[in-house]
Amino acid sequence: MESPTDSSPLLTLRSVVKVYGEGEAAVRALDGVNLAVHTGEFVAITGPSGSGKSTAMSILGCLELPTDGSYLIEGVPVQDLAQDVLAALRNSRFGFVFQMFNLLSRTSALENVAMPLVYAGVPARERQRRAREALALVGLAGRENAHSNQLSGGQQQRVAVARAIVNDPEIVLADEPTGNLDSKMGREIMDLLSRLNHERGITVLMVTHDPNSAKYAAREVRFHDGRIVSDDKQVA
Amino acid sequence: MFTSTLSLAFSALLRNKMRSSLTMLGIVIGVAAVVMMQAMGRGATAYVGEAISGLGSNMLIVIPGSVRGMQQSSLGVPLFTTGDLDAVRRLAHDVSLVSAAGSRITRIVAGPYNRQVTISGVAPEYFAIRSWGSASGRLLNAADERQAATVCVIGQTVAEALYPGQDPIGRELRVRDIACRVVGVMEPKGASAFGMDQDDVVFLPYSTFSRRIMGSDRVQVFMAAARSPEVIEDAKSQITSILRRRRHVLSAEDDNFAVRDPRELQALLQSVTGMLTSVLAGVAAVSLVVGGIGIMNIMLVSVTERTREIGVRLAIGARAFDILNQFLIEAITLSALGGVLGIGVGLTGAMGVARLIHVPFVIPTLATPVAFGVSVLVGIVFGVFPARRAARLNPLAALRYE
Repeated sequence: MESPTDSSPLLTLRSVVKVYGEGEAAVRALDGVNLAVHTGEFVAITGPSGSGKSTAMSILGCLELPTDGSYLIEGVPVQDLAQDVLAALRNSRFGFVFQMFNLLSRTSALENVAMPLVYAGVPARERQRRAREALALVGLAGRENAHSNQLSGGQQQRVAVARAIVNDPEIVLADEPTGNLDSKMGREIMDLLSRLNHERGITVLMVTHDPNSAKYAAREVRFHDGRIVSDDKQVA
Repeated sequence: MFTSTLSLAFSALLRNKMRSSLTMLGIVIGVAAVVMMQAMGRGATAYVGEAISGLGSNMLIVIPGSVRGMQQSSLGVPLFTTGDLDAVRRLAHDVSLVSAAGSRITRIVAGPYNRQVTISGVAPEYFAIRSWGSASGRLLNAADERQAATVCVIGQTVAEALYPGQDPIGRELRVRDIACRVVGVMEPKGASAFGMDQDDVVFLPYSTFSRRIMGSDRVQVFMAAARSPEVIEDAKSQITSILRRRRHVLSAEDDNFAVRDPRELQALLQSVTGMLTSVLAGVAAVSLVVGGIGIMNIMLVSVTERTREIGVRLAIGARAFDILNQFLIEAITLSALGGVLGIGVGLTGAMGVARLIHVPFVIPTLATPVAFGVSVLVGIVFGVFPARRAARLNPLAALRYE
């Protein structure tokens, strides 16, 4: 199931086990997962609910650590890193897109997009400039001052994508990005993600249970009961 | 980074204006109480200090009657005689000046005007004891006293009331049936420590006063000046022992007179305001603690409400420290703002009261920054717990929080 490329992988899961709870109530969300993702890939992670795909995504995004096994970013094991280093990794190398958009309410689109730059220590004026650029890239130039409640679902998700890419990450992790959108808006977001993948070389990992969205990815990894049951690389 | 955290705190607080202002109220009340009490206490002390220094620097007042604490009774107690005064003048080494003083409230008449005033009979030394000079004309002198002359010196208020737009010197003033000639006008002195107008007064030679108005040579009250401020206590004990002997007070008995030092009043006032301040400081401390708990409560609510926001912030790269900072600065902003408002309310209130009761307005230069510091401290102390709770959230659990 290893990728055919001979360069070393960007992200690697090695026999990853994730257990939630203890004793009788313990749930094995991931049960020995091996996965390698190379730079520039567009991977769809699919599977029924409870199959472990969201857990895998959280581990890949450094939001939690594996119970057993290891997760390596460019060969560096993540469990050895300090909390603040993980925060810095999430800030500079990953961008997150959530199903629920997760924009701050009563905050302008521009401020939402600029937020990762605050934690990166970018000066205020530079933050403004880069946030404007990112909003323009997702087709929302002119809506900088709109608050989330003044935007449609699709527009909110595009603001979220702009927030994910504003700090020039190598990897975008999208958790059901089209799950709360109608099919037309969903297509817009998928077009946007594949454009980022093709034009900017950003590695995209996307959890989805929508076959139409999964088709945009060049590779589909299917989870079932905490294990990977298939890993298909389609010919684009 | 700090300015953006601060502006974040302000926008978060502005989002819930009502809630933020109610939360601040406890701090506002506590700080306002302390600042106002301090300002008023300082104002009152300054006012009394001024009034007392206006009495004359080394002055002692001797009054008949026994004194216990604040109570004084002169019932059945003999007045002083001129012999008592002579004895004090001769025998008390540390007393430089002695003057009898008597007073009566009487109606006086000058031309078309009349007025109810305090008539004081005083010896020439009185003016030196009180370090009070004349603004025009002359003071009463030894010859006036010896001859029981019908001359008088009037205060500024009397001069303005009875001789408006005229020079009172040389004019006639009728005190009951005595026609006096005005020989001088006193310098203005203002209100006394008890708020009485000290310029609403007419001075007669003591001899004239005792013979023509009192009809007795007994002395109601007398004043003495110590040689210097250092020997006031010595002067006091010398006067006491001379008077005890002359008034035949047995050694087991209490004094049937009292030697008063006006500075005692100042000390008394200071101890009263000091006590009031400490009582209010206690009230303020309770108010600040209650206010602090209010802040903690609201911050805990805020952390819970914004769990998802915290999750998003952690996901996009905020460190635990950044989250801690955000909520701590929000709590401090809340309490510091309450402190600033409290200082404003306290000073405005004190200024209003000072204007109302004609007391100088003094800004408490120590209490104001201390009150601000304490309100910031309250923010830190009561903000740390909610902020730590926010910073310790698990990013994934926070993101999924409903």
